[in-house]
Amino acid sequence: MRGYDQRGHGMKTGAKRFRVDFDVIESWVEPRTRILDLGCGDGTLLARLRDNKTISGYGVEISVHNIIACIDKGVPVIQADLDTGLQDFEPDSVDFVVLSQTLQAIRHPHYLLREMLRVGREAIVSFPNIGHWLARAQLGLGGRMPRTPSLPYNWYNTPNIHLHTLRDFEFLCRQEDIEILERRVLDRHGRSGMLAHRLPNLYGATAMYRIQRGPGMSL
Amino acid sequence: MPERIPEDSIGIVEGAVEHFDEPLELESSERLEAFDLAFETYGTLNPERSNAVLVCHALSGDQHAAGYLSMEDRKPGWWDNMIGPGKPLDTERFYVVSINVLGSCKGSTGPSSINPATGEPYGLEFPIVTVKDWVASQIRLMDRLGISQWRAVVGGSLGGMNALQWAIDYPERVEACVAVAAAPKLSAQNIAFNEVARQAIMTDPEFHGGRYYGGEKPRRGLALARMIGHITYLSEDAMRDKFGRDLRKGQPLSYGFDVDFEVESYLRYQGRRFVDRFDANSYLYLTKVLDYFDPAADYDGDLSRAFAHSDNRFLVVAFSSDWRFSAERSREITRALYTNNLDVTFAEIESPHGHDAFLLNIRAYHDMVATFMDRLSRDAGL
Repeated sequence: MRGYDQRGHGMKTGAKRFRVDFDVIESWVEPRTRILDLGCGDGTLLARLRDNKTISGYGVEISVHNIIACIDKGVPVIQADLDTGLQDFEPDSVDFVVLSQTLQAIRHPHYLLREMLRVGREAIVSFPNIGHWLARAQLGLGGRMPRTPSLPYNWYNTPNIHLHTLRDFEFLCRQEDIEILERRVLDRHGRSGMLAHRLPNLYGATAMYRIQRGPGMSL
Repeated sequence: MPERIPEDSIGIVEGAVEHFDEPLELESSERLEAFDLAFETYGTLNPERSNAVLVCHALSGDQHAAGYLSMEDRKPGWWDNMIGPGKPLDTERFYVVSINVLGSCKGSTGPSSINPATGEPYGLEFPIVTVKDWVASQIRLMDRLGISQWRAVVGGSLGGMNALQWAIDYPERVEACVAVAAAPKLSAQNIAFNEVARQAIMTDPEFHGGRYYGGEKPRRGLALARMIGHITYLSEDAMRDKFGRDLRKGQPLSYGFDVDFEVESYLRYQGRRFVDRFDANSYLYLTKVLDYFDPAADYDGDLSRAFAHSDNRFLVVAFSSDWRFSAERSREITRALYTNNLDVTFAEIESPHGHDAFLLNIRAYHDMVATFMDRLSRDAGL
């Protein structure tokens, strides 16, 4: 195995995966659709969507260890490195492309977002918000790179090379002409609390978006 | 010879041959009036006949995939690390059938068999067969064994192509398909290597238009063909690791054309050994089978249309250092299956061993096949 398991995409590395967003994804995905789950890990999400929403789906994973776990769950998975795009997948070949807690670990996030919207009619993206007050406090007051429950790494071993805030993400969407259909912000406890709703970029620990191609988006 | 049979081995196995009288119409539009298929089986067919797995061999393989033929047998079958009790193709659960292909020389009808029309070996009178013809012949044996559906058809290299052809031609007779180190068709480079191998055989002065049976065989040509094949089975790294530029027995350079380097000695040994166990005409026929394999050809080159009627589950595995049938070729297969919304899992296993990796016990690869087979068996309630 390539040592990809150390590098990892997103939160699957070592520590327990931070997946408070699965409930929201499940509520967003329409039944009997076709789904691509990028960085699908051990296939938990797809197995759940298959059982609860009769979707047909494929995982995309780089780790052989995770691929074997997917096979065990009966989840089809295609090995690919997300940093090289989604060349194996045809345009408009799925309804939803899901990227859960992984965007911040991708080498060219804007390119992958474009790829997702090339392959899927819609995309669902979730990521940890570095603009959360706890992270801000650690950097602003403590003067150290933030380490939070959703971002448990040290600066030198983090796979999260492209951390960003909600505002950063939304700015990128505008720039790329990506249309935001829906946003859900979860606080540290995985709830859509009042504060996270009012001041999402400060109190949101996890941000979730449903996006689609804007009218002028170039593919 | 094995001192004793290892515990995880299927043990001593026995081959069988079935004869088929009904003519087989071939893709070439020739026909084979009658034919034999030689095969071995491992494990027990359950009363529901739902646990049968077909194993397909590669170019120079045969039906002897697992176990030992006798206590004098020096080595077990070619896929013994894959097939046996507790192994990925677990003979405690599955009934594994391994069939020698038509055109080969290990008991199934091929160019070295007697042509009933002439009473002489066929030689080059043997009709050209294809992977499609193989599947058509194999289904006859399947019917005779009383098996209505293979739980899986599993093969590596040319055997993987054989497995894919099953999903194309008889999707309802197969649940799943495991294609390891395969390709959707040969590249020009692949065909070029095959052609050099064939020319080596056909230009051997002992070839005599394929009518060499009973006399001197085209040994040098076949050995040379095998040496060429072996170069394509190994990666450059594997060759460097195995031989480097090591000199034979530490001898100094000969400043002549004798064997100097270990790699030369290895290739010559492989060539010589092959000649004793393989028929040169069969090598010609089987390399042609490879060259002709192209299931997309019937569909304007669109491989995905070839799988349009398939509803099977697939495991497609490639190896990083395989340059004969590279991982990209397996990705082509995977893309065609994905386009049909078929249940396909693809992985590229990290290995320095080149194409030959499919024969080796590589942990991630074997775990993957084992897990896939386990899932199949659970889903089928075995």
